[in-house]
Amino acid sequence: MCFVKILIKICEIFIGGQLFFMGKILDNYVEYVESKSPKTGWFNSLLHAFLIGGAICSLGQMVGDIIKAFNPMMDIQMVGTWSSIFIIALTIVLTALGVFDRIAKVGGAGTFVPISGFANSIASCAIEYKKEGLVFGVGSKMFFVAGPVLVNGVAYSLIVGIVYFIISLF
Amino acid sequence: MKKIGKSTFEFEKDIFVKGAFSLVSSKEAEGVLGKYFSEVLEDDTLGEKTFEKAERAMHTLAIKKILKQQELLESEVDLLVSGDLMNQLVTSNFSAREFDIPFLGVYSACSSFTESLLIAGTFISAGAAKNTISIAGSHFSSAERQYRNPLEFGNQRQTYSQWTVTGMGATHLSLIGSNEMPRIKKVTVGKVTDYGIKDIANMGAAMATAASRTLLDYFQDTKTLPTDYDLIATGDLGKLGSDILKDLMIEEGFPLGQNYTDCGHMIYSSLQNSFQGGSGAGASAVVFNSYIYEKLKKGEFKKVLLVATGALMSVTTNQQGDTIPCVAHLVMFEGGKC
Amino acid sequence: MLEGLLMYAKVLLVGGLICVIAQVIVITTKITPARILVIFLMIGAVLGGFGIYNYLVEWAGAGATVPITGFGNSLARGAIAGAKTDGFFGALGGGLAATSAGIAVSIGFSYLVSFFTTSKTKKD
Repeated sequence: MCFVKILIKICEIFIGGQLFFMGKILDNYVEYVESKSPKTGWFNSLLHAFLIGGAICSLGQMVGDIIKAFNPMMDIQMVGTWSSIFIIALTIVLTALGVFDRIAKVGGAGTFVPISGFANSIASCAIEYKKEGLVFGVGSKMFFVAGPVLVNGVAYSLIVGIVYFIISLF
Repeated sequence: MKKIGKSTFEFEKDIFVKGAFSLVSSKEAEGVLGKYFSEVLEDDTLGEKTFEKAERAMHTLAIKKILKQQELLESEVDLLVSGDLMNQLVTSNFSAREFDIPFLGVYSACSSFTESLLIAGTFISAGAAKNTISIAGSHFSSAERQYRNPLEFGNQRQTYSQWTVTGMGATHLSLIGSNEMPRIKKVTVGKVTDYGIKDIANMGAAMATAASRTLLDYFQDTKTLPTDYDLIATGDLGKLGSDILKDLMIEEGFPLGQNYTDCGHMIYSSLQNSFQGGSGAGASAVVFNSYIYEKLKKGEFKKVLLVATGALMSVTTNQQGDTIPCVAHLVMFEGGKC
Repeated sequence: MLEGLLMYAKVLLVGGLICVIAQVIVITTKITPARILVIFLMIGAVLGGFGIYNYLVEWAGAGATVPITGFGNSLARGAIAGAKTDGFFGALGGGLAATSAGIAVSIGFSYLVSFFTTSKTKKD
């Protein structure tokens, strides 16, 4: 029975819609709504995410290559940091111009998974909440969206660092 | 005013809908109903610094305009009933300080417009008020800030999401009128329903149950059928929500026919990237006060049901994982006799 | 020349595929973007902690460093490098130190930009 259900689910994903729905609607309303809701087109959305995400990474690589061409002695980590900074700065400028959200509408995960998504979430909050003032607006709400990423990131790095330190003691 | 059935109330006196005014931004004006709106704002900030201030300014402007249109003095209006989407009802409350009119603020999210109509109607029916103004509206940008993300934040909207209407709709109800004017005859006060939808982007689906409950109550209380009406308009279910409502009504044995429409679904054209259509307190308010009122006045619609639906969640309850309770209030209009 | 082009192909492939995985999660589940970012960050930190992610960085360059998983990797590698050189306090501060430039630029530049711009109404 479970196997049949999974099979139906897979078929539904492929045809992008409802195969059949049994029973009274209000008894299983959440499932009914799920089957009725329009699905995102798979091919286009994945293609856009791939192309835009890949393009942003390629841009980072290109900036790194240019920096390396001018300064061949530079540490590989420094080059990586510089290309990240370039993408962050570019994203913030595009956000300020009101262009970035248009790109993000097409790119989806292709724009929020690269570091550009992190920069956009900070910049958009800073711009939006400046109306509540510099202290409680920009100051406290800047990490409204990006906060979870930063907090979790620092927490994980602490865990990794401490675990490594303890292991290295033995 | 007397009760018929379980939750429907019939006004013994005629409550005349004397005037209607709708104020929208340019996006709504580019939609299907563009030519019906009373006034279009080129700049939806109205020169204000914040979108909350802009929404307030729109609200104030709409009241001033309907007073002017109806040649009413502030002292002649006995009651102002208003609703909007902002926390603590700031739009209505702040705007009301500009006027020398007794004021009631109501909140039932997107169904605030019908709620304000039925409260104003009740005051008139009781003989306590002669002229009342009911107004409701919303602003895309302020709603987006409060309920979702910063405006410049880049994200993809879900295919089943809706677009908050930027607009205000104001209605002048009066005890005194003539037979040519549209009237409110009956109202049904909605019951709150909740069938477990949690997704804040899919409010059409959550609200469809409330709409079906209220419509069902109304049809059973009045012993009428959907075919008895020229137009049955829900507030802001959007395309998905209205499809679900049709399914629900078929299951309950009151199938909705060609006379059924949804204000949110009809306001934008399919080219406008608004997915399932418009939402917000403004959706039912601007569509009623433009298109539906116009047709009622001309007598093209004789009997109209307006069922505005509201999703009663807040950002906090949503983040805490609660489901979305919904309500729908119904107002039955009769068109002018030609 | 050919080697350079091959590198860009690798960057496009790896960077694009990481985004595609996230997009698949977006489509099939109701997980919000913020949660997906946190999950990816964790994966990056775990892979970085075991030293696996660095192979990907060597192979695909910016294709691995620019996505959020690269951010997680830098945090973990930084903490380990800090622990190696400065002991316990290095383990505590190393993660932030390695990523501090990016975070500081994001904050500082956003702060600056917020003085000059306001959010605009969207029409579609």
